Amino acid sequence: MTTRPARGYWIGFAVVLAVLVLAPLVLPEFWRRFVTEILIWGLLAMSLDILIGYTGMVSFGHSAFFGLGMYGAAAALLTVRPPNLWLAILYGLVGAGAVAVFVAYFSTRLRDIYFAITTLVFSQIFYVIIFTWTEVTGGENGLGFSQPAFAIPGVVSARFTPVTLHWFVLAVVTVSYLGLRRITQSPFGMVLQSIRENEPRTRAIGYHVERYKIVAVMLSGLFAGLAGVLYALQNKFAAPDFVFFLVSGEVVVFNVMGGMGTLVGPVAGAAFFFLLRELFSRFFTEYYLIPVGIIFTLMVIFVPQGLLGFLRRRLNQ
Amino acid sequence: MLSVQNVHTYYGKSHILHGVSIDVSPGEVVGLLGRNGVGKSTTLKTIMGLIRPSEGTITFEGRSVAGAAPYHLARLGIAYVPEDRRIFRLLSVLENLRTGLDRPGVEPARRDALLEKVYGRFPVLRERRNQAGGTLSGGEQQMLAIARAMMLEPKIILLDEPTEGLMPRMVAQIHEIIDVLHGDGVAILLVEQNVRLTLEVSSRVYIMEKGVVRHHAPAADLRRNDAVIHQYLGV
Amino acid sequence: MTIPFDLLLIQVINGIVTGMILALVASGLTLIFGIMDVVNFAHGELFMLGAYLGSTVFLTTGNFWVALAAAATGIGLLGAVIQTTTLRPLLGRDPLTTILATFGLSLVLQNYALWQYGPVPRKINEPITGHFSLFYLEYPWYRLLVAVLSAAIIGGLWLFMKYGKYGIWIRATTQDRVMAAAMGIPVPLVHTVVFAIGAAMAAASGVLFGPLTGVNHAMGLDFILRAFIVVVVGGMGNLGGSILAAIFLSLLEAFASIWVSPAQAVIVSFVVLILTLLFRPTGLFVPTPK
Repeated sequence: MTTRPARGYWIGFAVVLAVLVLAPLVLPEFWRRFVTEILIWGLLAMSLDILIGYTGMVSFGHSAFFGLGMYGAAAALLTVRPPNLWLAILYGLVGAGAVAVFVAYFSTRLRDIYFAITTLVFSQIFYVIIFTWTEVTGGENGLGFSQPAFAIPGVVSARFTPVTLHWFVLAVVTVSYLGLRRITQSPFGMVLQSIRENEPRTRAIGYHVERYKIVAVMLSGLFAGLAGVLYALQNKFAAPDFVFFLVSGEVVVFNVMGGMGTLVGPVAGAAFFFLLRELFSRFFTEYYLIPVGIIFTLMVIFVPQGLLGFLRRRLNQ
Repeated sequence: MLSVQNVHTYYGKSHILHGVSIDVSPGEVVGLLGRNGVGKSTTLKTIMGLIRPSEGTITFEGRSVAGAAPYHLARLGIAYVPEDRRIFRLLSVLENLRTGLDRPGVEPARRDALLEKVYGRFPVLRERRNQAGGTLSGGEQQMLAIARAMMLEPKIILLDEPTEGLMPRMVAQIHEIIDVLHGDGVAILLVEQNVRLTLEVSSRVYIMEKGVVRHHAPAADLRRNDAVIHQYLGV
Repeated sequence: MTIPFDLLLIQVINGIVTGMILALVASGLTLIFGIMDVVNFAHGELFMLGAYLGSTVFLTTGNFWVALAAAATGIGLLGAVIQTTTLRPLLGRDPLTTILATFGLSLVLQNYALWQYGPVPRKINEPITGHFSLFYLEYPWYRLLVAVLSAAIIGGLWLFMKYGKYGIWIRATTQDRVMAAAMGIPVPLVHTVVFAIGAAMAAASGVLFGPLTGVNHAMGLDFILRAFIVVVVGGMGNLGGSILAAIFLSLLEAFASIWVSPAQAVIVSFVVLILTLLFRPTGLFVPTPK
């Protein structure tokens, strides 16, 4: 591992981080919220990157993890008094984790298209359950709840302001990113990439491919669930729309546009998508997906490595 | 008629052909010998457009055809009979033949005549004409593969190891078929492991080793003096 | 709990009717996959656009059959354009890429329909009104017509593939596209034509389905999911399997609707899919693994 790319990398990282820390202080409310949402969707996209970019498993089911993280947090915040932030996170992760176990099982039995379709079906199963089980999930209307305070027993207890919430989200996302980066650069991460490149050969060398896949799915699912929890905290509601399979598709779009296998790429992809949406909404109102969809399709054909794909090798030394 | 000049071909990162040059004149039967893995099949596949060469030229009747699409080459008059026959297993024998017969520019009368001619040469195909290709025996599939190529009324047939996996009795049949095709004026580029057969039917023989042509001689010479054969093929 | 026989029979007929429309949509999907390994995510949108185009033509001509023909032709052409511009360049690349490309297309087409036609559902009137008495219910003739027409179209497709002049080209290319090319068959053209046929069939299904529930821009989403399930359960690329699977799954859902709401009945199909993938991954009705 050479030091030159590492130093440039950390400088870039510090700059971006500083910008994100200062952002809520200088931006108007709308854009402040915009940046926070990008961070949350970016975390979701990052979690998908573990599967798509590093292990080579296409999943159209991340909306299920996201949604269950969201509803899990909702459950904690609605059933336990006083609403507890950490409990919300815990419930959310447990919810997402439970789904991840199922998906992990299937990941070992199915390959490629069949796995992709199964994950899609999974997210739809949860969508249908959540949408129709009105008594528990609020059905079509979802669940509304209040934001918990940031509380560490005995140390501090403060309500979130939009700015401090943004910093909290930023902290969670940053720590998650660093954690995921560590994991992808570890021997474990190398094996995942080897599975993506050539699964039979990885198996032949002696790696227990199934175990690696299971761990990858669990990891991916948990971080996706975490993103769901953050979303619930930010917006104070949970709705079935986020579990619909199209949301999974959009996350895949973030990954592809930003560059798979880079971790930061998907975040950039999310930012790019939302910026395009803002831009095109001015001209096309709610039909922004027409030009954005066209751009995405063109990118799939002509720029499949995504915006930051050229960084892939350097980031994964 | 067919001229391959200095062709290099890669499979991914593997450099298989290192500058192969081969010529076939109209109506000639030319043999291509060599051990397993030297690139004989790859040469045929490159000519047929199944793989793009990275360097070199391939001309057919004066036209440059390197990298052209296979269906274009078939229309120009190059037919390909692959190593594993690759007949359409789920199509009947007749349907297999029709894939080559149903070409634009062939009137029904000529089609029927062509079909009759082939049935005449391969009576067993007439018998089994409504059977699925996959139910035929190995030897019958080989005949079907060659008959199918004949449906294109080609000027040259690229024959890849026709006797592989066949019983000795069938080898004699392949010999006959090649003679008949030669009699019809069809050129043949024959890749084979069966040295004797190749020397008997070919007028010239190329010998390949490690992706290049190492030796090139009239078959008659090689029949007289087979030291070269032993050298390159260890037979 | 005993289920009244008449309710059962009505659900059977409903199941078969829906199953035939689903079979029509799924046939196109499986045909496309079988010949060019493309999972066409945009198939549901072709269904939906067919319904919209049909409704527009119906509005101007007042004739259901003209609308049907126009929709099938128009969307068939659209399919040809899509395949030539977006999918041909991707031939030979990772299959994931085609899923993504067709997904991108489905986003574009879905929103285009919303933009072009607006959010208010459209209507297509059925060509045959009137009901016949089926037990305590007045069962519409049109539903039977739909089943018959779908069967006819699929039957026509099968005949074309088996005996038609170009049917051999399509079947040969599906089995071995390399050798088909070596035999002089213009494979890229065959791909385009098959995609166009699949699109036309989806569009026809859309028009047939239109009078039953109205034409809205979300109708494709529901169908595409079911169609995928049908294609996988029937065996990808297996035309007969898809048809059987479509009817099988629709019947199951129709029965389930006796107890739960139709929105929830779809879970039955999901479960069948998962079971199939676990135990008979090449297809429920495929006798031996390929």
